[in-house]
Amino acid sequence: MTAYILQRLIQSILVLLAVSVVVFLAVYGIGDPIELLVPPQVSAAERTAMIQRLGLDLPVWQQYLSFLGNALKGDLGHSFVHGVPAVDLILARLPATFELVLLAMGLAAVIGIPLGLLAGLNPESRPSRAIMAGTILGFSLPSFWKGMMLILLFSVFLGWLPTAGRGETVSVFGIPTSLLTLDGLKHLALPALNLAIPNMALMIRLVAAGTTEAISQDYVKYARAKGVRRKRIVGRHVLRNILIPVVTVAGMEFGSLVAFSTITETVFAWPGMGKLLIDSVYQLDRPVVVAYVMLATLLFVAVNFLVDILYAALDPRVKLTGEMA
Amino acid sequence: MNPSRTATSAVAADADTALRQKVLRRIRSRPTTRGAVILLGILLLLALLAPFIAPQNPHDLASLSVMDNRLEPGSQGMTGITYWLGTDAQGRDMLSAILYGLRTSLLVGLTSTAGALAVGILAGLTAAQFGGAVDAVIMRIVDFMLGFPSILIALVLLASIGRGVDKVIVAIILVQWAQYARLMRAAALVERRKEYIEAAVNFGLPTRHIMLAHLLPNSIGSVLVVSTISIAGAITLEATLSFLGVGVPVTQPSLGLLIANGFEFLLSGEYWIAAFPGIALVLLIMSLNLVGERLRRSFNVRG
Amino acid sequence: MHRTLISAFIAGTCLLSAPAWAQSLKIALSSEPTAIDPHYHDLTPNNALIAHIFDGLTKQDENQKVLPNLATSWENDGKTRWTFKLRQGVTFSNGQPFTADDVIFSFCRTLKNETAIAGSFADITGNFTAVEAPDSHTIVITTKAPDPLLPNFLSGLAILSSSIVPHDKLAFDAAKNCGVTGTWPVVGDFNDGKLAIGTGPYKFKSYTKGTSVELERNDKYWGPAEPWANVTFVPVPNAGPRLAGLLAGDYDVIENPAARDVSRIRDDKRFGYVIMPSTRVIYFQLDVEREPSPFVKAENGKNPLKDPRVRKAMSLAIDRDAIIKRIMDSAAEPAYQFLPNGMFGALANPPKLAYDPAAAKKLLAEAGYPNGFQLTLSTTNDRYINDSQITQAVAQYLTQVGIRSEVDAMARAIYFPRRSKKEFSVALGGWGSTSGEASSFLRQWPATPDEAKTIGGSNYGGYNDPEFDKLIRTAIVTLDDAKRAEILQQAGTKVLEGGAFIPLHFESTIWAYKANLKYAGRADQFTMAMQVKSAK
Repeated sequence: MTAYILQRLIQSILVLLAVSVVVFLAVYGIGDPIELLVPPQVSAAERTAMIQRLGLDLPVWQQYLSFLGNALKGDLGHSFVHGVPAVDLILARLPATFELVLLAMGLAAVIGIPLGLLAGLNPESRPSRAIMAGTILGFSLPSFWKGMMLILLFSVFLGWLPTAGRGETVSVFGIPTSLLTLDGLKHLALPALNLAIPNMALMIRLVAAGTTEAISQDYVKYARAKGVRRKRIVGRHVLRNILIPVVTVAGMEFGSLVAFSTITETVFAWPGMGKLLIDSVYQLDRPVVVAYVMLATLLFVAVNFLVDILYAALDPRVKLTGEMA
Repeated sequence: MNPSRTATSAVAADADTALRQKVLRRIRSRPTTRGAVILLGILLLLALLAPFIAPQNPHDLASLSVMDNRLEPGSQGMTGITYWLGTDAQGRDMLSAILYGLRTSLLVGLTSTAGALAVGILAGLTAAQFGGAVDAVIMRIVDFMLGFPSILIALVLLASIGRGVDKVIVAIILVQWAQYARLMRAAALVERRKEYIEAAVNFGLPTRHIMLAHLLPNSIGSVLVVSTISIAGAITLEATLSFLGVGVPVTQPSLGLLIANGFEFLLSGEYWIAAFPGIALVLLIMSLNLVGERLRRSFNVRG
Repeated sequence: MHRTLISAFIAGTCLLSAPAWAQSLKIALSSEPTAIDPHYHDLTPNNALIAHIFDGLTKQDENQKVLPNLATSWENDGKTRWTFKLRQGVTFSNGQPFTADDVIFSFCRTLKNETAIAGSFADITGNFTAVEAPDSHTIVITTKAPDPLLPNFLSGLAILSSSIVPHDKLAFDAAKNCGVTGTWPVVGDFNDGKLAIGTGPYKFKSYTKGTSVELERNDKYWGPAEPWANVTFVPVPNAGPRLAGLLAGDYDVIENPAARDVSRIRDDKRFGYVIMPSTRVIYFQLDVEREPSPFVKAENGKNPLKDPRVRKAMSLAIDRDAIIKRIMDSAAEPAYQFLPNGMFGALANPPKLAYDPAAAKKLLAEAGYPNGFQLTLSTTNDRYINDSQITQAVAQYLTQVGIRSEVDAMARAIYFPRRSKKEFSVALGGWGSTSGEASSFLRQWPATPDEAKTIGGSNYGGYNDPEFDKLIRTAIVTLDDAKRAEILQQAGTKVLEGGAFIPLHFESTIWAYKANLKYAGRADQFTMAMQVKSAK
């Protein structure tokens, strides 16, 4: 077991290292941030001093090593644009993204689970087929176009909801949230819906598949034969059967949405982390991009690591030396 | 957000003739699927014939006039041409632009999927055939690629290499090959355990021959089936990249770029610039997904 | 711990219920200032914000004319020595009196500013050989070279209070740390407001990145009291939502609504707007040096852009009025030179750059290109108003006279580094004159670069005109205004004749506001609460 944990730990660290190299090189490749930061009329001496201060005169491998050295000490660098620690910038955007994703996943679950049950219980009925066809639509609509059409319909034509941006926030225990004001919720509605639609489709498919599988199982058939009411069967047996995969997938989706809900945040000008990432790429704010991707990867790697260890500890069938794919 | 994202494993199925016929029968019997196939056919035809049926060549700057820009659907232009779907900010006839855009989008979707298939199949096959360290290295790269958001990789890559249809195709190949590699490897591993391969190995046939003549044809089915859906994924990816300001050249807009260009006019009430190409894009992706989904279910491929 | 939680909660509930009180102003900005530190980065949004909290020795009015501010008067000895008389009876918002020490401290800080982005004022103070204070309200500055624009440049250099850092006797001597004993403040130190202490009409209240900057009236301000007790700046980068917010009553003033949306407020009695021409000129810079040039393909294998007739033809092929009407929605002025008429050193009546495709074709034929040639225009797509669309329209016009043009549009992050490596043949550019003088463009773009890169730093097209170089080098050290203006006009005429820069238009800036307010607009594109007046 210890050997296995050690092996997974080394693998995780290698992944983190690989990601840091790739991201560092990729952002390096886009362009020279000095040309964006420093106005052209600045004297050569001033410009050179700035380049040296940011360490941009060093060869790229040396820049990378000094980044790595600082990262090991917990310092992911200062934003080129704002001059403050990159991590602070990212964390300041976290609440906005978090509340958006929370509402989106809530919507997806509240609408997706009942529809999925409906479709799964009678897979061949007309409404079920319509629901399943709808999920294909949900997957098919490109996120940015869907967002634009939501704006067109609800903001431009109907005038019900604001077009973009974050609404009024209130501070709860020092964390600003717009979930508690009417204005805030109005601003949240469209981006959350936009983010929710593909997840709703995913939810419906998962639940439908799980339901179909559950009702064909012997114990459910037995319960039905015994005359247990349908409601009870669904509530006790079917739901329980599908809950684990749904929660697992929802959790994974939640993580990736918090880290990368970039497109929706761009369309709706939502001041979240995904918007920060895109803006930072376009401003060549290398420390922010690298810190962002590193934090996201660290989170994913850590979660995967824990899950694998737990699986291995709980399930003796998992081969401890084999691969987990 | 592709259904294939949830894939963790794939099981190959025999793609024998009987099954193929069964699939064709099922496609004909389902009205939605039949509709999707017909729609896809029409869209392909329109894309192929675009140069002959479009009222204007939107790629030819000399035929555009900025004086005709942002006209409403049905307006008459200065040269007497009627813009049935309106014009964009450069004075492009939207109908022509959509037909040509369809062409670009399909070209990108098909070429990049073919490229990703080639790379992915080769990588997956190699991993399955050689196993051991080769397998481990390839599969770690695959894990790495799949763990990253594809849009971010493509965005950063295109930001550094610039615009161009060819460059977009390269970027999409780069982010899509990994899923095929994983599928191919799984299918090939199943195939490799079969007796005839072992016999071939024992017989001393060269590895390359085994890979290409036996392993490849017998395990490629599942990968090909999934690729239909991936064409839709590639087209969406191209559109999204164009929306983010990297992608195809601005003078040769794809559907995605047309939509992106229309974004800023949407709130001013000039809806047609973004809405019509959007409808074309959604129809294309929908029909590809419906057909792909049916194929996938019929062959019982999870991917 | 408990107490802070409770007070945070109470603060939250108060925010929830507090009505928008009178005398408060909410302004939506199109781009967010990147810091509160006034010496951090010389950017328009930053400079506009800090002008609320801090004063400079001078200031620029809405037409970029230099006016007294913390200095009441100044004079120059005809060479390098400037004497500034400082205003009496001014106090900082923390109650400290303003004296010459604060000026010396602020100048020093720009040289000791570790976190600043290069070009943020150190180039100005770096040109000082000495700064002395004969008495508590006089400052004498000696510069290395004569600098006629010193009062213009000092308008942007904010004066900090020397009380924010422990110090002994202050002296302008960077090598000896200027007498400061504490650590010099860095950019992050200003964001919570502790060090954001100035003499300006407003005081810093709070700053939440991405959300808002809040200011309140500075009751200790030396000038007339401001009508607004509270001012909130909200960054709303997308033009659509910004306008929607104004229409919904969320904002009192917005900057830069899209020009095509002006019609929506024009007919609405609840709102007013102003369109003000700015000094920002949009132009194409041609590669007139290399043979061949990377993005030009001519049948004879040469670079046609080297031929002045070809450059003239290109300018004649462009319908500036059509671009302004159809693409800029009339929110721009056609540019026949590089600074609007009436500004310092601009030509009073430059010849109109007419649209004449027939003449363009004739010139091309004369130059030996009757069948035109192939060209790629390079452009940003996220820097200037409608930049990529303007370039596409120009490509249309050039194609129509036979110069078959492609457009390569890219984000500024990619464009600017590539342009500075001279990777383009025809590149879109934009330049606003911070000093309000013609020298700003002329010394930067067409001049032959000097070693220190203080002139000609952006001459990416390799333009070289020795006569022009002589003129511009003389102009920038000529202290006599009348003489300088005349030399600048001569220099400007030379560049126009050269044709290596094709001006298109001057961007206009738009502000929209509620009908009970009035905003005059500014040529430097600043949005300032001080200029928002009640309409009644």
